[in-house]
Amino acid sequence: MTPELQLQLAVLLPLAGMIGIALAGRSPNLRETVTFIIAIANAVNVWTLVPKVVAGARPEVVLFTIMPGLDLKFALEPLGMMFAAVAATLWIVNSIYSVGYMRGNKEVRQTRFYACFALSIAAALGIAFAGNLLTLFIFYEILTLSTYPLVVHKETDEARRGGRTYLGILIATSIGLQLPAIIWTWNLTGTLDFAPGGTLAGKVQGISAGVLLALYMYGIGKAALMPIHKWLPAAMVAPTPVSALLHAVAVVKAGVFTVIKVIVYVFGLDLISSEPSTNWLVYAACITLTLASLIAMRQDNLKRRLAYSTVSQLSYVILGAALGTAMGVVGAGLHIVMHAAGKITLFFCAGAIYVALHKTEISDMKGIGRIMPVTMACFAIGALSVIGLPPLGGSWSKMLLMVGAADAGFQIVIGVLILSSLLNVAYLLPIPLHGFLYRPAGAPEGPVAIKEAPLPCLIAIVITASLCVVLFFTAGQIVEFLQPIATPVAPAG
Amino acid sequence: MSGAATGGFDLLTQLPVLQVAVPLVAAPLCSLLKGRNLAWALATAVSAATFVIALLLLQMVRADGPISYALGGWAPPVGIEYRVDTINAFVLLIVSAISLIALSYARVSVAREVPPSRHHLFYTAWILCLTGLLGIAITGDAFNVFVFLEISSLSSYVLIASGRDPRALTASFQYLVLGTIGATFYLIGVGLLYILTGTLNLADLAIRLAPLADNPTVLAAAAFITIGIALKFALFPAHFWLPNGYAFSPSAVAVFLSATATKVSIYVLLRFEFTVFGAVPAFADLHFASLLLPFAVLAFIVGSVSAIFQDDVRKILAYSSVAQIGYMVLGIGLLNVDGLTGGIVHLFNHALTKAALFMAVGALVMRAGSGRIEALAGMGRRMPLTMFAFVLAGLSLIGVPTTVGFVSKWYLILGALQTGPAGYAIAGLVLFSSLLAVIYVWRVVEVAYFRDPHPDTPRVEAPMEMLVPMWILTAACFWFGLDTDHSAGIAREAAMELLGVMR
Repeated sequence: MTPELQLQLAVLLPLAGMIGIALAGRSPNLRETVTFIIAIANAVNVWTLVPKVVAGARPEVVLFTIMPGLDLKFALEPLGMMFAAVAATLWIVNSIYSVGYMRGNKEVRQTRFYACFALSIAAALGIAFAGNLLTLFIFYEILTLSTYPLVVHKETDEARRGGRTYLGILIATSIGLQLPAIIWTWNLTGTLDFAPGGTLAGKVQGISAGVLLALYMYGIGKAALMPIHKWLPAAMVAPTPVSALLHAVAVVKAGVFTVIKVIVYVFGLDLISSEPSTNWLVYAACITLTLASLIAMRQDNLKRRLAYSTVSQLSYVILGAALGTAMGVVGAGLHIVMHAAGKITLFFCAGAIYVALHKTEISDMKGIGRIMPVTMACFAIGALSVIGLPPLGGSWSKMLLMVGAADAGFQIVIGVLILSSLLNVAYLLPIPLHGFLYRPAGAPEGPVAIKEAPLPCLIAIVITASLCVVLFFTAGQIVEFLQPIATPVAPAG
Repeated sequence: MSGAATGGFDLLTQLPVLQVAVPLVAAPLCSLLKGRNLAWALATAVSAATFVIALLLLQMVRADGPISYALGGWAPPVGIEYRVDTINAFVLLIVSAISLIALSYARVSVAREVPPSRHHLFYTAWILCLTGLLGIAITGDAFNVFVFLEISSLSSYVLIASGRDPRALTASFQYLVLGTIGATFYLIGVGLLYILTGTLNLADLAIRLAPLADNPTVLAAAAFITIGIALKFALFPAHFWLPNGYAFSPSAVAVFLSATATKVSIYVLLRFEFTVFGAVPAFADLHFASLLLPFAVLAFIVGSVSAIFQDDVRKILAYSSVAQIGYMVLGIGLLNVDGLTGGIVHLFNHALTKAALFMAVGALVMRAGSGRIEALAGMGRRMPLTMFAFVLAGLSLIGVPTTVGFVSKWYLILGALQTGPAGYAIAGLVLFSSLLAVIYVWRVVEVAYFRDPHPDTPRVEAPMEMLVPMWILTAACFWFGLDTDHSAGIAREAAMELLGVMR
């Protein structure tokens, strides 16, 4: 199979899956079988592209030509490959978890849930493989729309309110800021393509460069740069597998992926590092990652705390790209993977606690480690990875980011990163510690009865927690894989 | 050419007059038909014929340049000239195509919404309206425009009032009063021009007006004509006849008129601003059309804001039409190729989008019994195909990429950006208005998909006869959003022709 065909297949497979899921809606077992078959086929398809990219292949395929010079097209490069591999892999794990969660919780409208999930994955892969800004923008909007039914899944007034905030902020920023930025780029360069080294170099300078960058950064609402972050906590009304999708697999990852894409392939690292008017982004990212950590500390609702933690972690990625150094960008890319594995584990655990014990507030979770030992152990692993301690994946990306900051001459950033890690410790670690050290409130004397979440949930949690460990040892390969994006060379063959 | 081809060739030269003559002759015949299906069949056949003729004309114009046809053999400027160039061939095609597809949708809905005893008259009025609209677009004579304008207007008053909803009567009367004022203004303007130049032929007018550049009467005539026409296409602040007219008329009429009537009037504006007055040097300097810019911007902002606050889906769509007319006039007022391309292609793109939406809403109202948003709760589950068509066409209304709405806005914004700082502000406002469109489309979507249906609404999808045309148009919204050669391509040719006259 040619890589060009595989690119299209990667978007078409989940779409076909969506239709299959909708048709099989009457029989839950058949429906879930469709999900798994498609998810696995899709992951195989995506992963077989990886060696081709390593070998230097950069396939492109034009789907439509809307206007002269303005195409809908897919193009493959390492960063997109990495994002696609993350999304395709986690779709399988997330589906295992969903089966346990949705059935364990006796949720309604499960067919719509699985169908929209498949559509979201199609959109995420479309974003990953987008060959220019317009294609990316289209799939970005499809992702927003296809996740909306997931966010309002419960159809309560609270869910609808959350959904409105979610949709309102994401659509308003994308049409109000991102689209003008895209049009401005077209006006300046006459192309919307992603090109190694960027297309804007020499076309924009001074204050305009800073303003254009601001339009992009705040227009990509999914990256949740403050103050455009409110949609993330609002979307916490969704069922937990959806939160996991939003935070780890698709939505926020699509946001920061777009940020890196724009900075590397539209602005170009040279322009970012040489143009002083773009430095504001470094500080904006630093402020967001510190403030969000501080807010996270004050949240008692576990999912909300994790949401603010995500806001903070996303700004690590933005920061890495904003530094404009090779190390920073590679670190940013790596952090997408590491945070995905860590945060999905945390959300899975939060959902498992809800399914098993119906607890949502952290203050109610003392002693919970004795009731759900596996879940809490995995939570601890995920938390340590997000904090960035070896031997867990998160440690590498944070290190690269610090090296990148030193390269760029932003010494203060190193201080901010260290401070932030301490804050991470302060808001994440107490949860497993209190979970294991205290006795559950009101529990009788003697050994505490174990009550874990349904088996599929547990399997998924263990897989993602192990992934955090595995990633620590494979980080070198990922860094090597991502290296070409920061040092553009002519593709070989 | 061989002898066999001569017969065909003769017929081809008569195409311009056939474009109008076929429906004009068919209309009285239709009024004699008693069976309702017979009248519908005749109207459909006539529309199909005009569609084929329009298609042939467009091909001929694109291949060989403008066609001039002297009516009754009287050479222009004395006789009436039918003159077809790219822009009006494009408009002819839009009008006849929409009439055809709206009629294929109309049979079922008209059977429910119009008293059976009046069906043949309803279709007669439809054919007359079609005649008038095609006539306006094809004629090269200023007075002839007025005649066809009256034919189309009078028959559309009848069409709007033909339903069972009593509110349609007042709506129709409102339209009649304002339409008549508009037509009168237009006639006064044309009269002034005739006094000055002694000609009514549009091309001839352009030549004879050129030396009269400093004459204030020309300015007065231009003002009368512009305001008169602006009333006809409901430019803000003269828009208030439109929402009621579209909201309370039978749904097939809303489909037909929303996609054609205002478009044809905008064509008349284009014709006068560029072909007639554009040739006058003083006007070219004054940029007469750009005086409309503030109204265009207000139209799309006020129209979109008003749409947000409506409780009836049909009124949401109608106010959205007011906004879309603003976009078209904006394109005209920008006076550059990109902007004008956007304005002209939006005639076509909006016709597709709004016709699809009114078709979907017509089907929804038929089942829900009311157009109020509340009545549409849960319709996403009750009528999945219809509601999904509404969502997709709604995306086109917003202007999401891959839809036709995006193509229009892309050109409009590129056009605006070329006009300096004020243009940047306009481009920003166009995007802002798209955001407003998100809100008014989403209000409907949210109720339809994320509320539980009323227990007494039937779970019945719309009949095939309504679904097929609805989905053809919805698909066209995406087809022409991805392949713009035949829409934006033609619009661009037309824009260059029109602007070429001005240079």
